[in-house]
Amino acid sequence: MNDNSMNENILAAANNLRWEIGENFHDSLMESIYHDAAKIAQASVLKDHQKPEFNWDRTLDKIVTSRVWGIPLMFILLALVFWITIEGSNIPSSMLASFLIDDIHPLLKNFAASLSLPGWLNGVLIDGAYLALAWVVSVMLPPMAIFFPMFTLLEDFGYLPRVAFNMDNLFRKAGAHGKQALTMSMGFGCNAAGVISTRVIDSPRERLIAIITNNFSLCNGRWPTQILIAAIFIGGAVPAHIAGIVSAAAVVSIAVLGIVLSLVVSWTLSKTILKGEASAFSLELPPYRPPRILQTLYTSLIDRTIFVLWRAVVFAVPAGVIIWLVSNIEINGISLAVHFIDWANPFGLLIGLNGVILLAYIIAIPANEIVIPTILMLTVLAGNIAGAGSGSGVMFEAESAEATAELLYAGGWTVLTGVCLMLFSLVHNPCSTTIYTIYKETGSVKWTTFSAIMPVLLGFAICFVTAQLWRIFF
Amino acid sequence: MDTAKCETCPVHNKANLIKLGINMNNVDFVVALAGNPNTGKSTVFNALTGLKQHTGNWPGKTVTRAEGAFIYNKQKFKLVDLPGTYSLLSTSTDEEVARDFILFGQPDVTLIVVDATRLERNLNLVLQVLEITDRAVVCLNLIDEAKRHNIIVDDRTLSKELGVPVVPTAARNGTGIPELLKYTSEVANGTYICKPHRITSGSKAVKKAVDKLTQQVLEKFPGLPNARWVALRLLEGDQRVIDAVKSGELRNLNKRSELTESLLVQN
Repeated sequence: MNDNSMNENILAAANNLRWEIGENFHDSLMESIYHDAAKIAQASVLKDHQKPEFNWDRTLDKIVTSRVWGIPLMFILLALVFWITIEGSNIPSSMLASFLIDDIHPLLKNFAASLSLPGWLNGVLIDGAYLALAWVVSVMLPPMAIFFPMFTLLEDFGYLPRVAFNMDNLFRKAGAHGKQALTMSMGFGCNAAGVISTRVIDSPRERLIAIITNNFSLCNGRWPTQILIAAIFIGGAVPAHIAGIVSAAAVVSIAVLGIVLSLVVSWTLSKTILKGEASAFSLELPPYRPPRILQTLYTSLIDRTIFVLWRAVVFAVPAGVIIWLVSNIEINGISLAVHFIDWANPFGLLIGLNGVILLAYIIAIPANEIVIPTILMLTVLAGNIAGAGSGSGVMFEAESAEATAELLYAGGWTVLTGVCLMLFSLVHNPCSTTIYTIYKETGSVKWTTFSAIMPVLLGFAICFVTAQLWRIFF
Repeated sequence: MDTAKCETCPVHNKANLIKLGINMNNVDFVVALAGNPNTGKSTVFNALTGLKQHTGNWPGKTVTRAEGAFIYNKQKFKLVDLPGTYSLLSTSTDEEVARDFILFGQPDVTLIVVDATRLERNLNLVLQVLEITDRAVVCLNLIDEAKRHNIIVDDRTLSKELGVPVVPTAARNGTGIPELLKYTSEVANGTYICKPHRITSGSKAVKKAVDKLTQQVLEKFPGLPNARWVALRLLEGDQRVIDAVKSGELRNLNKRSELTESLLVQN
């Protein structure tokens, strides 16, 4: 009897036997498993029933997931995290900036001069690459060093599934999967990680929706941008003693807007090009576990902060080089940068931004972290701000939010520009890492392109509308 | 001082644990890490390999299969961290990845990480895994949490009932890891023979049908360690297993290397 027919025999026998044992075989098998599990557990587990315990977990959950308090509590928690981040990073930022830019930069310049480096090499390396690096470190590092450990603590504590629980209803109504709340939360850390985490969603349709809308979660690279701009333009417009809280509230509003956009776009997608039914799922709320604070601080510092910093460095250095090149290579006596900025300005102003911002966003496609330093450098360059180095024009001093504010206002910025920048930072194309990850996860060029382009167009539209309304009312 | 006894003490041998990170060439044994979501599999993984898998207290945190290695007692082990699953009988991709690896990847030992505060629910998966493989070790994790909730698990009784070693651990702070290594090594090397609990399935008619089919499967694939489980799956109409029978893949289950490699590459 050869191989194949033996196989067929077994399969045929299985088919026959299946008829004999009836339909409920699977169920009765599961029952046997449950029965055995219960028996063994009963024999092995001894619960100490001495005193009726005050059940921490249940009590906490009654508040955290209650209909009335659940969602407001989420917002308050989010606002608290941001406020701590904003207030806490002020001083470290200015200290780092004064050290890296005021102290070291001139040293490097002198060193280069002593080596008699040609002007352009001097410029590219020190005014371009090093300054970009110095900026990224002094502005990006303190907020990240504060924000990530806090987020990780919340994660370890077990709070995230409660977020999913609270938001589940909303997502279902938007035609998306409840677990999208979890992938969205992951996206607040890094959009690329958020996209990978959508593997927990089984239905391909809902998974695609989660991937496409993950971009609306404000990722780590964008937090510092939001915080800085909010501190300057929003906090700067109110009395000093409430500036911190108001800035935090502004950033929280942007984050919430991101969540709302996620839901709206999910709803639109599931009614138009990604039609289908919502699938059911069960979510386990893990017990609250005391986070290991020191360990968490250590690992999140190493893992996340330094990793993001490394990424910023890797992209900042080339970007700094490009900025210097673009600012110093001239055609007809005007640098490439200024050419583009002037050309793009009309469109930029139309949507409440300006040419500098548009150029900065193009240079910053690789990573969101470097948007602000790019903007600052280009503003200094294009606006010929007094006090910024001659000719090579990428030197600036920005020790604090006030100094940065002065710089931007001198560059023609208004509160509207700040607001539209915050909006555009929320709604624009994903960074190149995320785009690549989307391609790897979906395997589809069509959907990857859609995920990259849709947010930009949406961002332009939102900024345009905001600008028009603002100009009408103010 | 008599140091002969030191050789067999797990604490002494813990010092023999060399964490290798991702250096995974020429391993002696393959160990799979299975268990319900959010039981501490990634924490155990980090503790053994020295890698820094991201851990977090919510189910679904690990979505990719992570691999690492360690040397213990001069033998090299490859550790594969599978996604958490509540059972091996459902249809989501997570569960298929885990199930396929345990069945077709033929790990030398399967470490089942169990949450001591939710034993009964976790036992579901344990019992299913014990149907597929008879080389397993139960890692009874989160005993510090259990203590906090006044839950005491009698690991000796549990071990007797399940027929495999049960090691209480609190992977977060390293408690129990030396013993875990010891038993894993013993099961992998064949020094500890497990007699895994097999599910007593229902009615007489069912038993007869299962036995009949099991015998046929054994005739066709002699030496198959989990013929009864295969028979059960065939009776249920599990497509993957049916395909494996048709293609004769099951015959290869004794030759570990090629299959494991191909599965590992594919995922």
